Amino acid sequence: MKKNMGWKELWHGDSVPAGTAKEFQTGDWRSERPVFCAENCIHCYFCWIYCPDSAITLDENKKVSGIDYRYCKGCGICDVECPTKKDKRAITMEAERK
Amino acid sequence: MPTLAKTGNEAMAEAMRQINPDVVAAYPITPATEVVMIFSQFVADGLVDTEYVAAESEHSAMSACVGAASAGCRVMTGTSSQGLQLMSEILPIVSALRQPIVLCEVNRALSGPINIHCDHSDTMAVRDFGWIQIFSENAQEAYDSVLQAVLIAEDEKVRLPAMVTTDGFIISHCMEKIETMEDDAAKKYIGEHKVKNSILNLEKPITLGSLDLQDYYFEHKMPVVEAMKQAKDVIVKVGKEFGQKFGREYGLLEEYKLADAEFAVVALGSTCGTTKAVVDELRNNGLKAGLLKVRVFRPFPGEEIAQALSKVKAAVILDRSDTYCNQGGQLYTEIRSAMYEAAKKPLLANYIYGLGGREISLEGIRQIYKQLQECQSSGQVIHFGVRE
Repeated sequence: MKKNMGWKELWHGDSVPAGTAKEFQTGDWRSERPVFCAENCIHCYFCWIYCPDSAITLDENKKVSGIDYRYCKGCGICDVECPTKKDKRAITMEAERK
Repeated sequence: MPTLAKTGNEAMAEAMRQINPDVVAAYPITPATEVVMIFSQFVADGLVDTEYVAAESEHSAMSACVGAASAGCRVMTGTSSQGLQLMSEILPIVSALRQPIVLCEVNRALSGPINIHCDHSDTMAVRDFGWIQIFSENAQEAYDSVLQAVLIAEDEKVRLPAMVTTDGFIISHCMEKIETMEDDAAKKYIGEHKVKNSILNLEKPITLGSLDLQDYYFEHKMPVVEAMKQAKDVIVKVGKEFGQKFGREYGLLEEYKLADAEFAVVALGSTCGTTKAVVDELRNNGLKAGLLKVRVFRPFPGEEIAQALSKVKAAVILDRSDTYCNQGGQLYTEIRSAMYEAAKKPLLANYIYGLGGREISLEGIRQIYKQLQECQSSGQVIHFGVRE
């Protein structure tokens, strides 16, 4: 979207084009980050469907391939929902600054 | 045209039936209960195609209305008093989203103390939310204005929500003779709903209700300012065309024997009917009395009122609500403000009357005209008809 539009240029009724959240990278809000371990992933897609920021990436074969840190806010929902066992976690949370 | 005996609530419900909105979401409240109760019976009997949402509160009702309007539906609802207040968080969202929702509002006092009878506190409390506000003198006007409100609200230049009000019990529950349109004529008059925005339109996906901070909020309020300016002409145009088609013309104001009047009463709603009777009586006695009925409160017809009052010696502004600002009621403060630039200013007094349904009788209006003739200076605010 164009910046600093005047009110006469705005779309009708307080509406804005859909999908503008793409332009708003919320990754810098993160204090913790999910770290993905590909070999432990069972591709159940729980993290993918639960992620509120659509930040779980899939590869060309539609398999879970990692985290898009441009958008991941570090909320940890993927870690909570990930069903993998304790010693074989596909997602673990780590502090951004140790 | 069918001539029917209808209460104000029945008249509004009848207009809703003929409008046949896509969605009505409501929660019943006295004295507006029957508007949506009768309408829900129309739904149950299959007389309308409406999806009726029986919400768990007025807050939910208006929220459901916003959802339905966002999907591109023609939407209506009805409420009163506390119900309108519970909706009030959502009301400015409706105008900001430019959704032409039409609300049948029955004027009732606000708690507390708790009271179910007529005054205008509820409607006045939401006057600054970007809604068009139309008052009715009787059931006929309520019926006519609900139909017109759809055309006004949906006009390309306006696209604002509108509330049409009646006075609780005085109009809402009293039966009068009204003329209605044939169903076909009403359907033709209302026409198809033109969808401006729909969140269900996948060809043009939109976001509604996004976060809007220092950078854009101000810009997003301006279209409402502009639409409200445009609304004045549209209301006049729609009212005139209604007159041409159905014989009853409407405007922002109605002047009753005002052209040569020396003493005028300015009022909203059902009290105008009472005042007309007194004006006739006083005219027979040789007093040049007149009435200025304010039909539309939002947008406020300030210039038109100043013009209409320019020739009278003195005018009483009747307010059936108080602002508690120590400067008088809503109608008075706005008229006084509108008169500031006027070349000719009559003496103005404010009578706040009828709170909580306190009756305003013919004798009361006679007294007001009598006191008006003795009025020597502007600016008096009098609470009329209250015991000390």
